[in-house]
Amino acid sequence: MNQSNKPIVWGLFAAGGTVSAFLVPVLILITCFAVPLGLLPADTLSYERLSAQLQNPLSKLITFAVLFLIIWHAAHRMRITAHDLGVRNDTVVMLICYGTAAAGTLLTLLALLRI
Amino acid sequence: MSRRPYVRDLSKTGWWLNQPRYVRYMAREISALFVGIYVLILMAGLLGLSQGEVAYEDFLETAEGPVGLIFAIIAMTFAVYHTYTWFQVTPKAMPLMIGSKRVPGPFIVAAHWFGFVVVSVALWLLAGSQT
Repeated sequence: MNQSNKPIVWGLFAAGGTVSAFLVPVLILITCFAVPLGLLPADTLSYERLSAQLQNPLSKLITFAVLFLIIWHAAHRMRITAHDLGVRNDTVVMLICYGTAAAGTLLTLLALLRI
Repeated sequence: MSRRPYVRDLSKTGWWLNQPRYVRYMAREISALFVGIYVLILMAGLLGLSQGEVAYEDFLETAEGPVGLIFAIIAMTFAVYHTYTWFQVTPKAMPLMIGSKRVPGPFIVAAHWFGFVVVSVALWLLAGSQT
């Protein structure tokens, strides 16, 4: 019997969508609006604070997992949406979408290992 | 063979513009673009962090500029819309049974929003905690 890889892909897509749904609004609030609006301390996103927090291997792991799931979810959805918008060259779309996600994933991994 | 084959006059790109429910569908799908770009920005921030304080300060300055702020407002809108649509389909995507009874859809959606508030408040407090 042929085994399909769809359950795994769909599982990752669903996980990414769920993580986005729960985390992205509050992350944007914290990273983009909280400090300029004075809702959180000025040093919330400071170099010292974040790099200290990311020394912790567990923080690195959670950060990587969250960013990985969201970027691949977004990449997959954009690939499908490109088709809906009339772009029918799926090979090129796939290369752009998944290529961006792969590059981002790799970059995140290297950055986290260096911090 | 039909001599006058019916060709639907439908744009491949703009077919969704005429119907509100298709527009909502497209808004939901395109939310991934803004969420994706936002995550790429976060990744750029991590790269800055890994390259040292100067690189990170440069990143912050760019990200907190007017363009960054306008993008953040748009991204926030789409992110919340993604959350709304994602929670809205959960009763269909994963129907829940207790015994032989189906848990009502609105209850499942409400439970997700409750979780959303708990997670958001927890992260907010974590971000603001003085350590």
